[in-house]
Amino acid sequence: MSAATSQAVGEDIPGRSLWNDAWRVLRRNRAAVASAILISVMAVLVIVGPLFSSYAYDFTDWSNLSIGPSFETGHIFGTDTLGRDLFVRTLYGGRVSLMVGIVATIVSLVIGISYGATAGYLGGRLDHIMMRIVDILYALPFMFLVILLMVFFGRHIVLIFVAIGAINWLDMARIVRGQTLSLKNKEFVEAAEAQGVTAFAILRRHIVPNLLGVVAVYVTLTIPQVILVESFLSFLGLGVQEPMTSWGALVKDGSEELESAPWMLTFPALFLAATLFCFNFLGDGMRDALDPKDR
Amino acid sequence: MSLLDVSNLNVRFDTPDGEVHAVKDLSFRLERGETLGIVGESGSGKSQSVLSLMGLLADNGRADGVAQFDGHNLITLPEAQLRRMRGRRISMIFQDPMTSLNPYLTLADQMIQVVREHETVSKKAARSRCLEMLEAVSIPEADDRLDRYPHELSGGMRQRVMIAASLLLNPEILIADEPTTALDVTVQAQILELMRDLSERFETSTILITHDLAVVAGTCERVLVMQGGELKEQGEVRKIFYEPQHAYTQALLKAVPRLDEERVERLLDGGEVGGAAAGARAGNAAGADPLLAVEDLKVSFRVHTGGFWGHTRELKAVDGVDLELAPGETLGIVGESGCGKSTLARAILKLVPLAGGQVCLLGRGLSELDSAEMRKMRSDLQIIFQDPLASLNPRMTVGDIVSEPLWTHRPDLDKAAVRQRVVHVLKRVGLEGRELNRYPHEFSGGQCQRIGIARALVLEPKLIICDEPVSALDVSIQAQIVNLLMDLQAELGLSLIFIAHDLAVVRHISHRVLVMYLGTAVEIASREDLYERPSHPYTRALISSVPIPDPDKERSRARELLFGDLPSPMDPPSGCRFRTRCRHAEPRCAEEIPELRAVGPSRVACHRAEELLETV
Repeated sequence: MSAATSQAVGEDIPGRSLWNDAWRVLRRNRAAVASAILISVMAVLVIVGPLFSSYAYDFTDWSNLSIGPSFETGHIFGTDTLGRDLFVRTLYGGRVSLMVGIVATIVSLVIGISYGATAGYLGGRLDHIMMRIVDILYALPFMFLVILLMVFFGRHIVLIFVAIGAINWLDMARIVRGQTLSLKNKEFVEAAEAQGVTAFAILRRHIVPNLLGVVAVYVTLTIPQVILVESFLSFLGLGVQEPMTSWGALVKDGSEELESAPWMLTFPALFLAATLFCFNFLGDGMRDALDPKDR
Repeated sequence: MSLLDVSNLNVRFDTPDGEVHAVKDLSFRLERGETLGIVGESGSGKSQSVLSLMGLLADNGRADGVAQFDGHNLITLPEAQLRRMRGRRISMIFQDPMTSLNPYLTLADQMIQVVREHETVSKKAARSRCLEMLEAVSIPEADDRLDRYPHELSGGMRQRVMIAASLLLNPEILIADEPTTALDVTVQAQILELMRDLSERFETSTILITHDLAVVAGTCERVLVMQGGELKEQGEVRKIFYEPQHAYTQALLKAVPRLDEERVERLLDGGEVGGAAAGARAGNAAGADPLLAVEDLKVSFRVHTGGFWGHTRELKAVDGVDLELAPGETLGIVGESGCGKSTLARAILKLVPLAGGQVCLLGRGLSELDSAEMRKMRSDLQIIFQDPLASLNPRMTVGDIVSEPLWTHRPDLDKAAVRQRVVHVLKRVGLEGRELNRYPHEFSGGQCQRIGIARALVLEPKLIICDEPVSALDVSIQAQIVNLLMDLQAELGLSLIFIAHDLAVVRHISHRVLVMYLGTAVEIASREDLYERPSHPYTRALISSVPIPDPDKERSRARELLFGDLPSPMDPPSGCRFRTRCRHAEPRCAEEIPELRAVGPSRVACHRAEELLETV
């Protein structure tokens, strides 16, 4: 390549992409920005927070059973009926809840996108078969699946990821398939076909990147949903195992002691509610930001 | 006193990129009973200026100035009063009749609602008024049509309904925003005829907004020419066309290829004239082996009719078309929308499966190739699409878009070599070669089309199929793209199949022209023969439907307008498919299917071609 060409190429004007535009719109949405900041703070807190606490999550403080929030004892959120520090337990619960939310969502994301995009793009009989499989899995009762897994493999946190991921990708696959069906009739896909681009490359370069707008929005809506499902399972006693805990498990314990120790419900519930609010606001913000009609 | 007197109208929009001044100090008058044309390219502010009069600007728009109408200033009039004015005294028709009619209501529901919103009349009286109006816009079987839903009508019929609805309350001003842009030329001619007729009968003042100078020539008394939000020139229609004062008006007039004049070698596009290219254009390379040979090509789609228990029927989109294309030749394909011209292109590219027939490229039948061989073959066979933005992946940079064919077909090239070729081809199509990192939506329609052409060219193909490549572009951009394609052809020896509904553009670029009607070829002829001695009645109707940008000729010419709409391709008429709309049809046409046969130098599918030729 000549020096002149490389120089001309070297001074490319930086581009503005759809994502940059979306980011600009999102930044102007105050609720979404505040939510993003709060989620980041929460994430840092649940990871780093326990290191600075003087209590372990399973340590029983015999002299302070079921006390309210107090600074003298160091139990700033109080303790539960077994004398365990609620602050540390809330942060540990956050680890589990956020992790379930994020891991299960990534699982459903990966399976859902590849399954849905393949079915939608290839179409025809394969699409029919693949979507009927989804229908059959939909018909499986969720609780039945969870109980079955528990019976076979015993109670383990990983099983919750598997169970939630196994159900959640179905929604994702349906959404992605629908989007793919409309995308594959677009002219740029036709142009790629006319050039002889392989089906896999069309999926990778043309279909999936154009799905991301919808998917990104769906993800921020799935995370709170998954956290709620985990809370529900823990509430029923099917979730994480003592002494490990999650926000859902803490809320369940707290609700049993509502009259004698209201702080046991208040603090975990506040954290849980705040996180859910944040993800919902962020999801709404992203939906608006990625919709070109709204700009 | 004028009916409407607009002075110093300004329209501004607040956007994330700052304020956009869409209309700058526009002043004009509209007299009673007059038809005023506003001409301009996209972004000239022609639509926004009238929308602001109606108080219909988008939320981020602001208007100031004075628009005096019957003692009121429309710009400052409160919304409640303005609403009473809209529809009743000033009404509007839009470009796409489908989006302005509610798909869930029957025509009767929508039209009666308009009447009763503004006047207290009984339902029955309102209905009979709607009926009268539908008859006035010559809708056949109006009583029956009134109880139908919008989707059950054809595009031209819907636009007639819109016009009827807008005239229901006998408004003083009718604003028509690109009323014929979405329609076929044949239907456009019918609608323009209708509007001329109605403005005389109802004495309505009309503002006709359009990008097409030819439309204005036949319908308007006075014309405003706008560019970039500014009024460039206004005056009486003959003055604008015969003695244009402003350079922009002159350029606009020269940018459109015209059917009524000698064909020029090169359209004026504001760019430098590529002298070498224009001269080097060799005509039809006679005697050479054909690059592409299509024999008896058939494409059909299965259409599901009825509900759950319905059955599938065959829709023959292309029903036996033969064509040949020599190296370096351009074949134009014209026809109304729905005639199968795009499907034919896709069948040649093997993007839709064939129901029968053969496509041979370079002597090899494409249907015999396996998928790997076909993929190889595709590097010789490229396509350019109608909608320049839609044909580019919005999430890919321009560099990646143009590189993609090389990634597929030339895996031997390294990154630097790919980049060099991409930069080279971008420069070749008139871009700077520095656009690699930018995204399609940052470019204008014309630039996007250039990117699309660059993508098609980067593999140095032998044949490019252009599917309406200029229909979505402004006239001056259209001229640039047409010139670019012709230059590239001269330089690289490309063969082109140029599909378009604009007959003037097709005449300009093609060596030979194929006319299609309902999936069949009705005439194939050289450019000169087709336009000077059209043999098939359909070709003649098409040519006479094209409006001419010359007020005197346009108003005095004898027309052979088509009546009615394209029949459904689901069940085409027996015998000659064109007979239902043909003014020369005789009983024999309903029984025998006319073969495509030699009539003089052309090939025509009409029983009466010889007789008709004599009557020219």
